[in-house]
Amino acid sequence: MSTHAEEHFAGSNKLFSFVWIGLLLLTGIEIFLGYKPMRLEVMLTILLGLSVIKAALIVAYFMHLKFERLSLILTVVPMLVMCICLLFVFFPDSFRSAGLRYQFKQPAPVAKSAATEE
Amino acid sequence: MSTEARAETFPAADWEGGALPYHVGHRKLGMWLFIVSDSLTFSALLITYGYLRASNVWPTPFPFSPSIVFSSVMTFCLLSSSLTMVFGVSASSRGDKAGARKWILATIVLGLTFVVLHLFEWRHLIHEGLQPFYLPQHWVEVFTTTEGVPPSPLFGATFFAITGLHMFHVLTGALYLGVVAARVKKLKHEDVEISGLYWHFVDLVWMFVFPLIYIMSVDVHGVTKTVGG
Repeated sequence: MSTHAEEHFAGSNKLFSFVWIGLLLLTGIEIFLGYKPMRLEVMLTILLGLSVIKAALIVAYFMHLKFERLSLILTVVPMLVMCICLLFVFFPDSFRSAGLRYQFKQPAPVAKSAATEE
Repeated sequence: MSTEARAETFPAADWEGGALPYHVGHRKLGMWLFIVSDSLTFSALLITYGYLRASNVWPTPFPFSPSIVFSSVMTFCLLSSSLTMVFGVSASSRGDKAGARKWILATIVLGLTFVVLHLFEWRHLIHEGLQPFYLPQHWVEVFTTTEGVPPSPLFGATFFAITGLHMFHVLTGALYLGVVAARVKKLKHEDVEISGLYWHFVDLVWMFVFPLIYIMSVDVHGVTKTVGG
């Protein structure tokens, strides 16, 4: 009976429970980091790093990709990573458009409006 | 004629449809491809959010209670639902259909708990005055920079679009799992496994939404509380 199970769905419930505990711990670390004073870029990098680790754990163990044939992994994963990287091609533009943004002048609307027109 | 000849020379060749090149059924492969395309949808939305955040003054309004407490409990629910789902698939692989049904029902309950908690969180924010294209007035006052640049009103648009689409996926998943649980005795093991793939994907997306939307917008100093009450 157990050999039958291994044929179809490798990995024991104990292993999956360990993965679950790992995911909970990583989530705890993320919440803790949210309250640590640090630069936004540093926090973003750490949080995204932890999220990628969590995603990898879910895909590898829960979604069982670790136990699939290599050809399926090579079909699904590199293509997705590549496409997501290509989406980032727009990102530098966001820093440019920050400078182009219309400058609202709420506190002193009349006096500063001429300066904004320049 | 030529195909027949080739079939004779290469029996069960991958290109003749005689074997499964990925060693998975076509439905499972289809689900994987769907997951890839859906990942790109969420990636595009999250990158749009990043773009808007980098090019605007962005509010960080989420208080520890209720927002972070609720979203953390929601994360716990979703992670636990993934565990119960994997137990369900495991039971199904052993031929234990009743066990599989039990675990899948537990998964649905946890998924629906997630949705209910999320709706409470939405209600709290809507009650504060957050709308897709408007920020609550006291947020605007608190987060306007010293140069007088107000925070972007698109905060609500990105928040409701991303969490809303995710919530829709959770609801769809709960419905899907409901059908699988009801028909589990007629379904093959692989069909149960495919529904599991979808559910884990929904969990996976939340692993990015939670830190990027919630943790990156924590109101560390409690500024929204002091002004808005």
